[in-house]
Amino acid sequence: MGAFGYVAPTSVDDVVSVLGQFAARGERAQVLAGGTDLLVQLRGLDRAARTIVDIKKVAETSRLAIGANEVFIGAAIPSAALNEHDELVALLPGLLEAADLIGSTQIQGRATLGGNLCNASPAGDTIPAMIATGAVCVIAGAKGQRELPVEQFVVGVGKNALQPGEFLVGLKIPRPAGRTADAYLRFIPRTEMDIAVAGCGVSVSLDKSGRCTAARVAIGAVAPTALLVPAAAEALVGSTLDDDALAAAGAACSAAASPITDKRGTVEYRRKVVGVLCRRAAAIARDRALARQA
Amino acid sequence: MSKIQVTTSVNGEEVEFLCEAQQTLLDVLRETLGRTGTKEGCATGDCGACSVLVDDRLICACLMLAVEAGGHEITTIEGIATDEGLHPIQQKFLEHAALQCGICTPGLIVATKSLLDRHPNPDETTIRYWLAGNLCRCTGYDKIVRAVQDVARDLAHPA
Amino acid sequence: MAEAVDFKVIGTSPVRPDGVDKVTGRAQYGADLNLPNMIYGRVLRSPHAHARIKRVDTSKARAIPGVYAVVSGADFPQAQHGEIGGEGGGDISDLAKNIMARDKVLYHGHAVAAVAARSQQVAEQALAAIEVEYEVLKPVLDVLEAMQPEAPLLDDKLFTKNLPEKPEKPSNIAAVMQLARGNVDQGFEQADVIVEGEYRIPMAHQGYIEPHACIANTNEAGQSTVWCCTQGHFEFRAMTAKVLNMNVADLKFIASEIGGGFGGKTVVYLEPVAVLLSRKARRPVKMMMSREEVFRATGPTSGTVCRVKVGAKKDGTLTAAKAWLAYEAGAYAGAPMGPGAMSIFAPYALENFKVEAFDVLVNKPKVAAYRAPGAPQSMHAMECALDELARKLNMDPLDLRMKNAADEGTQAPYGPKFPVIGLKACLNAAKAHPNYTKALPEGAGRGVAVGFWFNVGMQSSAEVHINENGTVTVVEGNPDIGGSRASMCLMAAETLGVPYEQVRALIGDTESTGFSNVTGGSRTTFATGMAVVRACEDIIAQCRARAAATWGVDDDQVLWEDGQAIPAPGVNADVKPLTLADIAANAAKTGGPLLGRASLNAQGAGASFSVNIADVQVDRDTGKVDVLSFTAIQDAGRAIHKAYVEGQMQGGAAQGIGWALNEEYIFNADGVMENAGFLDYRMPVASDLPMIDTHIVEVPNPSHPYGVRGVGETPIVAPLAAMANAVRDAIGIRINDLPLSPPRVLAVLDA
Repeated sequence: MGAFGYVAPTSVDDVVSVLGQFAARGERAQVLAGGTDLLVQLRGLDRAARTIVDIKKVAETSRLAIGANEVFIGAAIPSAALNEHDELVALLPGLLEAADLIGSTQIQGRATLGGNLCNASPAGDTIPAMIATGAVCVIAGAKGQRELPVEQFVVGVGKNALQPGEFLVGLKIPRPAGRTADAYLRFIPRTEMDIAVAGCGVSVSLDKSGRCTAARVAIGAVAPTALLVPAAAEALVGSTLDDDALAAAGAACSAAASPITDKRGTVEYRRKVVGVLCRRAAAIARDRALARQA
Repeated sequence: MSKIQVTTSVNGEEVEFLCEAQQTLLDVLRETLGRTGTKEGCATGDCGACSVLVDDRLICACLMLAVEAGGHEITTIEGIATDEGLHPIQQKFLEHAALQCGICTPGLIVATKSLLDRHPNPDETTIRYWLAGNLCRCTGYDKIVRAVQDVARDLAHPA
Repeated sequence: MAEAVDFKVIGTSPVRPDGVDKVTGRAQYGADLNLPNMIYGRVLRSPHAHARIKRVDTSKARAIPGVYAVVSGADFPQAQHGEIGGEGGGDISDLAKNIMARDKVLYHGHAVAAVAARSQQVAEQALAAIEVEYEVLKPVLDVLEAMQPEAPLLDDKLFTKNLPEKPEKPSNIAAVMQLARGNVDQGFEQADVIVEGEYRIPMAHQGYIEPHACIANTNEAGQSTVWCCTQGHFEFRAMTAKVLNMNVADLKFIASEIGGGFGGKTVVYLEPVAVLLSRKARRPVKMMMSREEVFRATGPTSGTVCRVKVGAKKDGTLTAAKAWLAYEAGAYAGAPMGPGAMSIFAPYALENFKVEAFDVLVNKPKVAAYRAPGAPQSMHAMECALDELARKLNMDPLDLRMKNAADEGTQAPYGPKFPVIGLKACLNAAKAHPNYTKALPEGAGRGVAVGFWFNVGMQSSAEVHINENGTVTVVEGNPDIGGSRASMCLMAAETLGVPYEQVRALIGDTESTGFSNVTGGSRTTFATGMAVVRACEDIIAQCRARAAATWGVDDDQVLWEDGQAIPAPGVNADVKPLTLADIAANAAKTGGPLLGRASLNAQGAGASFSVNIADVQVDRDTGKVDVLSFTAIQDAGRAIHKAYVEGQMQGGAAQGIGWALNEEYIFNADGVMENAGFLDYRMPVASDLPMIDTHIVEVPNPSHPYGVRGVGETPIVAPLAAMANAVRDAIGIRINDLPLSPPRVLAVLDA
């Protein structure tokens, strides 16, 4: 058994350089943000030695900026800190709800959006919520930075699009303008402390009359990766988000799902419930959007 | 294996220790520093028995590496009472019989402190959701929630 | 009902004597002690649910620097057959094999070897270096499948016990049991209405938050001191001695504070292994289970299939009842089918009944006691059936139960006639409770159910020391899981007539106090409490004698009142009363220190009944059940410490609600538990539950000086059916099987 190591670089370049060195030597390095998934894995199935690269000392990964057109959320900000940011919560309530659903208060004290995304669990709560908001990953590597929409970032169960030597710096989210609002709902058997059996994030934009002009719908825990469901969005756009439109969007989500039966739920159950969640989340997003100034 | 030297603060005292990279804060608190008031119930962040505050933020000590503690301020159950005696939360837990076996109690008290620091006047739902990460198998939570409500009342209206 | 009694401290809720240490982190639990020169023990566990062990090679592990000892099944002595005793049930040789497999592994997680090394990491490396060759066998996981003649056999030398004729072929059915009275067929013929159903209740874990942990320190003479979290250190000593073929006198067991047990810490897992490792390593060995090990390799309670048939006349009078109960024992014999069979009809006066029960081996962990072992499963079936019966009869479900309720003089299905019991008082309290009649929200449902537990007495010892200033130290031998030291102090204070604050209680180790059976069977406040009261009475007798000697009168001319010796009325002595402090201060001149003691095998544990009322709301789109309100009503006999009695009722209710809604062992086809952690073994969290309303009924137990009945176990019995009946009320469809998880409920709603 080899030895574990720990490094905590203080700049994006240093992280990239450290990761590059390990990659070049064929040695294992793993990025640590909040660690709420990583430490569980260290205790469980994957006990092999590696060097832990802690990115929390990099200022950019802790940066939160709300611009005129764009919100930047550093990859290593704990969910609890995000939820204490009133302006952010008001702007992106759905995404922040998702962040607030990750585990317990204790977990939220550490867990980050970046970690939730990189962990690439099919059931990661913030992933569909991010996709719904149109979030884009900011990735740093030896060749500089690149951007990738969240829906393209997760490529399989536990697999993400980061290349050796790359890491996730943060997320860029278009600032919701006018009557645009998001919502996220998931289903768990308890009220807290569970992994999503199904999840759905919805963002809608309404015109003055309350008609839906744009929408994004994403589902989680019902396929190997979180999915953007354009058919569900199409069912919403052009409608006033009445019951029929919501039902059609829900049906589109159920149709897009390709779930499995496991200890957390059955295929039939997940397929049905993801549609229910879509209807309910879309209604919440609609009401939030209606409450905003056109 | 080479050990890493860490300087941190535990309950207001500067503490230095050596640890291995993969050791958790919980391992070091209990085994290296002898602070066994922080309990291990699961080591996977699912029970809250190891709740501590890091720079006043509530976390599970089993989900933080010990090396990450460097430069931060850790508060454990041993740091809740003061020279004046028990903290009001501790006192109310006793008066309300809010503990039976007591293994979850340190974590619940630390979590309650964090709750009341942020929400001095929480309603029952806020209390229950804030404490949802602290499993208690003995009490059914009833007397715990009542104890927390009572502390909050006292803090809002000091005698 | 006994007369109203005016107590001074009994029935109050003072702060427990061990409380401050528990809210400050000082209290030492199983894993909190460290000794100089200590090393760490770890267990290698089977990756298969059923396999023959062909070969165990530990040589590579022994060669690793920092490894001090390695043991496997071959290092343990051949254990003798014999009853384990206590609450667990089963055979000592099975217990020995459960601790360390010999020729076969019988469940995933079964121990096959153990190491002791200088650190956890080295111990882990050593485990990885042990080579075990298995011949993998087909596991049998379903209780009904295991009962089939062609099922894979766990033990080909196991022949079903209690059959009329000795069976010719081995079987996974370890034992059968029958209870019957009257003529069931005739009874059903008299019935106007009959209900019948099969109910499945899943394997569930006690879910104590503290994993098992111990330290064993063995010297060169082979004497060992073991510190551990246990519900009974005397019985742990006995089991360890038997498993290791040791002299009990060479083992000293010290009970640490215990972080929950609920029956799960009544049998040994780590302790004999730690003693053996420590003997080989000649160092103290600390062993701690991970949460995963707790789920996979300690004793949950039986998954059970219960078939029940009940008949009644139009007026609700039960005419006959029949039950067929199959309990999973796990890897070795000893499922709680006996108490399950004896409790199922216990609340009701029945002329005609028949119960058949089966103790069945399956490739799952060997079950252990869990709060009222066996009763929640069988009574779930009966109480659901009665709910259906009440619906068919268009009768209030509490009225139906009252119509048939057992009372003083009713012959219990398990034999004796009930002495005074509190079932009718509980039913009356439920009927009158505002929560039974309050309006339900739209779409919500309400369910009720009755719970019962026998409670036990068994052996206890206690000593009472009067310190030189008159304060009192109580020493007893029952680990305190839920505040029992406070109850002991209250009973001692009441008996002696001194303030509660003057009394402290502690739990002695196996060398410093007399034998006591486990903290289990709801016996501690009853039986050990009785010993404490008797020991205090011993003190009082001595105090009267000392006062008599001081005053120059006869012993019987001295009375003890309000904590002091006074002359009896008419005694011609002009003396000042002597307080306990006075007598203690003068003890050197009157015969030496005051020490009272008592030991007993307590008889007459009073059965405890309960009634629960549950209100639920069901989300028709997701199948999720929310608990709106829950009311627990229970006969405590006498509540010594009121708040801790309520606490038992609330905690048991929460466990029962968890079992009803989400808790279950989920195994894959290979017999691997898929949810061995708190994330997916879903016990209720704070936000899952409402306040749990309690109503303590007090019908004193005539066999206890203060009327105590046990209260610890009954609370988990009724919630299962109360919840199921509430869901039935809400959705209009009966779901027989537990848990009432969202997928199961939604499947029924959408069917």
